[in-house]
Amino acid sequence: MLNLKGYGWLLLEGAQLTVLVGLFSMAIAIVLGLIGAWGKLVKAKIPRTAADSYTTVIRGVPELVLILLVYYGIPTVIQDLAKAVGHEIIIDVNPFAAGVITIGFIYGAFSTEVFRGAYLAVPKGQIEAARSAGMGPALAFRRIILPQMWRFALPGLGNVWMVLIKATALISVIQLPELMRNADIAARATHLPFTCYFAASLIYLGITIASMLIQQRAEVWADRGVRRS
Amino acid sequence: MDLGIVWDSLAKLLNGAVITIELTTISVFIGLCLAVPLSLMRVSPNPFLRLPVYGFIFYFRGTPLLVQIFLIYYGSGQFQEFLSQIGLWTFFREAHFCAILSLTLNTAAYTAEILRGAIQGVSFGEIEAARAAGMSKGLLYRRIILPKAFRLAWPAYTNEVVFLLQATSLVSIITVMDITGVARVIAARSFAFYELFIAAALLYLGLVYGVLFLFRKVEFRLTRHLLDRVAIAKKVPPVLAGLK
Repeated sequence: MLNLKGYGWLLLEGAQLTVLVGLFSMAIAIVLGLIGAWGKLVKAKIPRTAADSYTTVIRGVPELVLILLVYYGIPTVIQDLAKAVGHEIIIDVNPFAAGVITIGFIYGAFSTEVFRGAYLAVPKGQIEAARSAGMGPALAFRRIILPQMWRFALPGLGNVWMVLIKATALISVIQLPELMRNADIAARATHLPFTCYFAASLIYLGITIASMLIQQRAEVWADRGVRRS
Repeated sequence: MDLGIVWDSLAKLLNGAVITIELTTISVFIGLCLAVPLSLMRVSPNPFLRLPVYGFIFYFRGTPLLVQIFLIYYGSGQFQEFLSQIGLWTFFREAHFCAILSLTLNTAAYTAEILRGAIQGVSFGEIEAARAAGMSKGLLYRRIILPKAFRLAWPAYTNEVVFLLQATSLVSIITVMDITGVARVIAARSFAFYELFIAAALLYLGLVYGVLFLFRKVEFRLTRHLLDRVAIAKKVPPVLAGLK
């Protein structure tokens, strides 16, 4: 077995934070994805342009550059703006918040496409039936469209989650003590870089396998009430 | 906003872009050369061929690329003596080599999985017809299955190349001077953080949509016998329709 010289607990602590960052970012990504999909599907021009440019730009720029931009760039923008109106302020960005927001913002663009596809997969007749039964747009969305959308969205969201949880490793560059950062610390302390990083990779693999199992269960849950041939 | 600093460092950023393009091209090319035999082993009925490849693909797709880069670059230090003995240490000492090695293995795993799906997606009727025409297994793969699989895999492969292009930014963490690396060094010296990172983002955006443009052109050529010629004559295909 891998001998981590007593640093195993550090990796496990990091893994906890990794999962936490992943869950928070995923929540943000789902909310942004729903808003983005709404923007792409409405007829009004402004939300559509906004949603289109959001997905086009975000998916064309590497995550690492965006993380660096948010963590180092935004405080300097605010400080420069404050200086322009005559205030000297110093802003410290919390790495957890910066990481969660950036990762959530990036994968919101990917879930936008997932939700858009899921909405289009709900049969039109269902929506018409709901409207003709007297439901308002909000009620029809909540009772009819959203429950069916989950079924079509879950495989795509599962993919987004798998990529997202691996992308959280990038937050280690802004010193958040998640799994990758702690593996780095352990590697330096023990002088066993291969052992430490390999252990970390196995933990990531474990998270991936657990996510796959949960995804299967969730898909069974979302498919309840669908007749199988 | 200090645009002067971006202008002054433009030459360096473009040098970084050359490194980014070089890393992407080399690893995409070697990765594809590895992925073809790997995908064939992955669909083989022989478990001694199939299972090791399955493990390789599962490991490289299930762990973050950053861990893979660190494992190869820093992790090789743990085996320095052994690597020196067999004369490989001179390679593993170089960040550039480790960057290419990890990117290549990573994209080989993803591409092999894409090709596996495509090979299994070739319709049975075509294979049956080829067999009935008396083709041997090798000829069947060379003439029927692989060309069809490439065509089926192309859109997903386009995505993989775009992801790899963006993933090359991670090598800046192990001191390779690609676009991100250059931007980070200049930003840290000049405190012009957002100017440089926005410039870097724009460079990547240009590269990504350039790659998409090229790959859509190839896709058009690969599938042109399937296209509706009247529709083509009337309408130019939406080449820059964005990532899908």
